[in-house]
Amino acid sequence: MQAAPKPPSTYDLSGVGGGDAALRRFLLGLPGVDKVGLEARSARLGTRSIKTTAKAAGIDLAIRMIDLTTLEGADTAGKVRSLCAKARRPDPSDPSCPSTAAVCVYPDMAALAKAELAGSGIHVAAVATAFPAGRSSREVKLADTRLAVDAGADEVDMVIDRGAFLSGRFQDVFDEIVAVKEACTGSDGRTAHLKVILETGELATYDNVRRASWLAMLAGADFIKTSTGKVSPAATLPVTLLMLEAIRDYTAQTGRKVGMKPAGGIRTTKDALNYLVTVNETLGEGWLDPDWFRFGASSLLNDLLMQRQKLASGRYSGPNYVTVD
Amino acid sequence: MSEKTATKKAAATKAAAKSTPASVTATTTAPEPASAPAVRLDVRKTYKLFIGGAFPRSESGRSYQVTSADGAFLANAALASRKDARDAVAKARAAFSGWSGATAFLRGQILYRVAEMLEGRRGQFVAEIRSVEGLSEAKARAQVDAAIDRLVWYAGWTDKIGQIRSTANPVSGPFWNVSSPEPTGVVALFAPERPALLGLISVLAPAIATGNTAVLVAPDSAALPAISLAEVLATSDLPGGVVNILTGKASELGKPLAEHLDVDALDLAGIADLEFATTLEQAAAENLKRVLRPSAAPVDWTEAPGTRRLTAFLETKTVWHPVGS
Amino acid sequence: MGIFDYAPAPESRAVVDIKPSYGLFIGGEFVPATGGAFKSVNPATEEVLAEIGQASAADVDRAVAAARQAYGAVWSRMPGSERAKYLFRIARIIQERSRELAVLESIDNGKPIRETRDVDVPLVAAHFFHYAGWADKLEFAGYGAQPRPLGVAAQVIPWNFPLLMLAWKIAPALACGNTVVLKPAETTPLTALLFAEICRQAELPAGVVNIITGAGETGAALVAHPGVDKVAFTGSTAVGRAIARTVAGTNKKLTLELGGKAANIVFDDAPIDQAVEGVIDSIFFNQGQVCCAGSRLLVQESIQDELLDALRRRMGTLRLGDPLDKNTDVGAINSAEQLARITELTAAGEAEGAERWSPACELPAQGFWFAPTIFTNVSATHRIAREEIFGPVLSVLTFRTPDEAIAKANNTPYGLSAGVWTEKGSRILSMAKRLRAGVVWANTFNKFDPSSPFGGYKESGYGREGGLHGLEAYLDV
Repeated sequence: MQAAPKPPSTYDLSGVGGGDAALRRFLLGLPGVDKVGLEARSARLGTRSIKTTAKAAGIDLAIRMIDLTTLEGADTAGKVRSLCAKARRPDPSDPSCPSTAAVCVYPDMAALAKAELAGSGIHVAAVATAFPAGRSSREVKLADTRLAVDAGADEVDMVIDRGAFLSGRFQDVFDEIVAVKEACTGSDGRTAHLKVILETGELATYDNVRRASWLAMLAGADFIKTSTGKVSPAATLPVTLLMLEAIRDYTAQTGRKVGMKPAGGIRTTKDALNYLVTVNETLGEGWLDPDWFRFGASSLLNDLLMQRQKLASGRYSGPNYVTVD
Repeated sequence: MSEKTATKKAAATKAAAKSTPASVTATTTAPEPASAPAVRLDVRKTYKLFIGGAFPRSESGRSYQVTSADGAFLANAALASRKDARDAVAKARAAFSGWSGATAFLRGQILYRVAEMLEGRRGQFVAEIRSVEGLSEAKARAQVDAAIDRLVWYAGWTDKIGQIRSTANPVSGPFWNVSSPEPTGVVALFAPERPALLGLISVLAPAIATGNTAVLVAPDSAALPAISLAEVLATSDLPGGVVNILTGKASELGKPLAEHLDVDALDLAGIADLEFATTLEQAAAENLKRVLRPSAAPVDWTEAPGTRRLTAFLETKTVWHPVGS
Repeated sequence: MGIFDYAPAPESRAVVDIKPSYGLFIGGEFVPATGGAFKSVNPATEEVLAEIGQASAADVDRAVAAARQAYGAVWSRMPGSERAKYLFRIARIIQERSRELAVLESIDNGKPIRETRDVDVPLVAAHFFHYAGWADKLEFAGYGAQPRPLGVAAQVIPWNFPLLMLAWKIAPALACGNTVVLKPAETTPLTALLFAEICRQAELPAGVVNIITGAGETGAALVAHPGVDKVAFTGSTAVGRAIARTVAGTNKKLTLELGGKAANIVFDDAPIDQAVEGVIDSIFFNQGQVCCAGSRLLVQESIQDELLDALRRRMGTLRLGDPLDKNTDVGAINSAEQLARITELTAAGEAEGAERWSPACELPAQGFWFAPTIFTNVSATHRIAREEIFGPVLSVLTFRTPDEAIAKANNTPYGLSAGVWTEKGSRILSMAKRLRAGVVWANTFNKFDPSSPFGGYKESGYGREGGLHGLEAYLDV
């Protein structure tokens, strides 16, 4: 018996690519997000109890997923060297502790970080495009990107133009991402991975976050990232859940996998495990890997290390048993 | 809960019987002098203001003497200034969004907790009322019990006042139309001096039960049970700033509060001078504050209060929405 | 072993103390039952938990007499403000003993600890808090200046939310000044018996609350007892009918909260991910053993496939197993009988031509278990579209227009609840207006609050529990 013909998927992209109006219609036609329902689902995921073997596995996985970050005006060579050393060997008392996925620095520190991390397999991610506000000309943003890429950055974390997004100029946001992506290929032919920061705290509504997620993925983002960490609220579990759902739908529609990175405000092991549960139950094991999920964090690492120490020794640890930086 | 003794009355009525510590020399074998047994000196309480959940002194540095009914010195209470009033209003405003946004259930839980804490300190309050008002043990106890029971009564109102004051209005037309009450905002309350505890609870509890935040003036001798009550509030999970207590003179604090443009309502219950009450009501007209006038006749605060004090500081919001596919 | 398999996370049983046998709680004391005994069983493991007393007709008599005595001598004379304080005490003790109550409920009922801990027990405490606050405010409730209680209330409750149903019955009854004789379901007596201990801890006057355990006969004797002024029943429509016949012609006031076959309506403009969550919750919360469960999904035909794909994907992440494991989503079915009923109806579903699907699910060897199940290609005439299954089984039907959704949703003798999923406000209100159901959930489901009235239209019963409306059942008005 022949099956009845089906209507196109909600996420059918056949109109998109035909200019601003088509892009706008697609984005505004995406399903809405009920805030209360989303937050309730996220909170329910937070009740998962991760103990013993699962906790140990989760902690090590979380450490391996960290983009160890310093993004301060006061950053110096000394600070970046310390950061890189810590990324290589987070726990001086335990060589079995894995390294982090990457370090994340401003582009003028990228070359130094690259040199410090030579041979470690740890990536260098550099923010670019007039991070964090993104308020400058296209020219300046592309130059900022090239600075990072030429310094050897493996990954570029760009910010979208929130002003353009909030005033409805979706095509402009799109075009900028495409241009930055192009600039991620250096003169030596190496291509840095592009993470696109949505700055969800400024987008304000979950509907906007869903639209911006799709926009970034359509424009070629390798990763979508919640925040710069410079604006509050930064990463939250509900916004992460929403972005993971967008990735799920995009990947199902296009076959292309996109990674996800929550950044800012993730401080405790419990938080990190809640994020991993959220990934696990939304996207599954395929994304439980540093190639597809990262934590943008700094103080989180020490809490993970202390929890790791406790699991090993049975005793609660303290700040003197982990390094300050 | 341990009961504190009435340190002030003890200090006032005892002769200054400082004990001389018996001198202890290792080699002495002389018998103990036949003097009065050693008397332990009380540690007296300092009465400060209660603003933003903390206990600051008046910014003016002033205080005034509170004496017992028979003229004995009890304590120096902080004499609040208009700047203290200004600070209190700022704290009350800052606390409003959280308190009015809390669930009615939570507000009820907190008010019930206040009653629990007050019950635990019943003895302390009975002693304090006795010394301040010169009442018998039985009368003081009756007042404290009535105050506790009144708190329990109001704790049970938080999630019911909305129900009895809301209506679904049968408008002519395909519209859903609902009216429901919301708290007014920051309320300045002038508590009566007598009965010191029951009067205070009777004006304070209904105002905050519905989600308003309060700046309460406890005049003259009512300062002492008022600040002791503040200690109860501070241990009842009540968020800082929801209740702020200024001790001192209504004659000094009345005008700044009545004129303050960020105060939404006034309760003049404690203003005995009706001409003064009129000037305050006139000052309040500047920003159309909602005003509860004082009663011309003496009030029996033990009488069942009804819902008037609950509804006095509520605004009614009516929402329309079309009904159709 | 997956990358991130959740290790077992069992809640400790050490917090509960189940006695080998229990008597009846009458007149403030535990007394032996004279009608025999029966066993209460853990539905997840089939272990025997305790021996429970079977109340005889004489025991029922004694209990009603104790309630009458307490009513006349103590409770009806007590000012509302003092009754309130007893109820506040009970509410506080429930909060203090919340873990113990949650674990005991999971063991006796089979539902996951996450639900008893996060939903049942907090709602129980909230119910007592809410009604404590009404006890001294009855003159403001709109029932007149001095509304009087009815007297002695006979209350018979089901096994699906044992302690919560107890709270829904006892809290308003006591707040209004009545005394009660309550019979918990025979498969779930333990939390009611622990509640009796809580009444003693609160020093509730003897006889105000009486708990008598037993099966159908005990319940029938209780509701038929001439010394009872009010009957409140939550359970099946079949038994509800029988009770309505029993009280006919008497002076007894009756409220009934019975079965349902709720329609959960999803429009093409629904917030789709939250709608999926809502549908999952509506039918798998408490293993679907909920009178207001969204057991019929009515999906707009234009998004049928997408929604079903999403539902099946989500069902694949449900964790079925030990109710005391904190990561369990789906627990055990309450009894062998209930499991048999679910099995029979789902077999009928297949036989009648609906398409059945369950995610891969390992059912434990011991205990009463049923995998979450979804039936598609269901027609309105199928038994699984009309009869209450009371299990984790969803029947999916389609519609094209709002009018058709309404017609299908209302086409049932039941009328307890309904769900609507759409982002369009005017449509929510239009659907809510036309749905013949006592509770309409829009863009949410299975939400309960002590201030929110709950109850059905048509054969789902009459009367409301919760809120201001819930007082009416227990006042002489």
